[in-house]
Amino acid sequence: MAKIQVSTKINNENVDYLCEPHDTMLDVLRNQLELTGSKESCGSGDCGSCSIILDGELVCSCLMLAAEAEGSKLETIEGMSEGGKLHALQQKFLEKAALQCGICTPGFLMASKALLDHNPSPTETEVRFWLAGNLCRCTGYDKIVKAVLEVAEDMKESV
Amino acid sequence: MSDTQYLAASTIEEAVNAHSKANGSARFLAGGTDLLVQIKSGIRKPNLVIDVKKIVELNSIEEISENEFVVGASVSGVNLNRNKKFSKLWPGVLEAFRLIGSEQIQGRASLGGNICNGSPAGDSVPALIAAGCIALIAGPNGKREIPIEEFHIGPGKTVLDNGEMLVSLKFPKREINSSDTYLRMTPRTEMDIAVVGCGVNITFENNVCTAARVSLGAVAPTPLLIKEASKIMVGSDLNSEILDKVSKICMDLCDPIDDKRGTIDYRTKVAGVLFKRATLTTIDRIKGN
Repeated sequence: MAKIQVSTKINNENVDYLCEPHDTMLDVLRNQLELTGSKESCGSGDCGSCSIILDGELVCSCLMLAAEAEGSKLETIEGMSEGGKLHALQQKFLEKAALQCGICTPGFLMASKALLDHNPSPTETEVRFWLAGNLCRCTGYDKIVKAVLEVAEDMKESV
Repeated sequence: MSDTQYLAASTIEEAVNAHSKANGSARFLAGGTDLLVQIKSGIRKPNLVIDVKKIVELNSIEEISENEFVVGASVSGVNLNRNKKFSKLWPGVLEAFRLIGSEQIQGRASLGGNICNGSPAGDSVPALIAAGCIALIAGPNGKREIPIEEFHIGPGKTVLDNGEMLVSLKFPKREINSSDTYLRMTPRTEMDIAVVGCGVNITFENNVCTAARVSLGAVAPTPLLIKEASKIMVGSDLNSEILDKVSKICMDLCDPIDDKRGTIDYRTKVAGVLFKRATLTTIDRIKGN
């Protein structure tokens, strides 16, 4: 069966790949492109650990076909730090110990980044609603929510 | 899913032709938040998946005349929410659609997909029925339009024939002093499937109701338009006696399933309660409270 050729931009680099019609975006990211930061936990869009940003929107990469990404811009966790410098959210997650086992963390970071991209000064309620599609079974959510709020606060001060 | 082919259609004609030729083994793909889960779990095994998101008519929100909207079937919750005018005119439709899933799901899930999936508990459907939406359908024999309350014929079953696709939803021109509300009851507060859903859409001028549509979801094999409700509500001031009367009618028309998420008695009772609350909320919205 013929593979499908797809041209995308991933983390600001042009990336072309060949995929099977049934491959999910997550399959291709992890198994072909070796971008294994996005995790597969539920595979059905419930847990958010495969979250990526597709053309500016937060999506579950397990719930889209790799073929659908033709012409799209994708951001994954691998593109979050710049030149070896951690993104403010990554740094704050470390400082606040907003993670334990780490499986959910890439998804939380992508979701938090998407939130602050759309809404730079969210309320706590807005953060909790926005992150409701990301499940963590270790830490509870308080430290994560506080980390996101602190980054938003820091961003305000630095403007 | 290993035998599945993928096609990104760029026109309605291309999508419809491909679907017709596949003889019932093709599925249209919009957001994919239902379809991909169904394929992964083996519930559906399409030979062909036709991506419709690149078709202009399916992916646009158009105001065809002042306060009259047509929303493409593959428009996502995130995108509809960005249209401030639509949100203001149809708060009930928007809140129903936005209740579906997380932010990640909202970034993909489409209004048309929620309808075509055919669940009796689909949240957007009662709101769309209450709104008086018309489904614009394209197929191998041309186009047709049907009221959204006639779209479903049973759980997971719709009026769409082989080759037919839902293109868009046409909303009636929004009159002044009108608003709508969607309320649902779920065991959890968020991200759950409705045990009962209720959409109410009212025009209320000088304390008189001049138009009303009420719809219930998850209490019958298909979402219901409560036609008798409109007859009683129109011309009245929507006092508590009228609301009691319509609430009783809503309960009488319920024919729900009995499951772990809600018994028949419970679903029936809640339907009556949600009708009243949704009506009162709608009146508040019209009055600007």
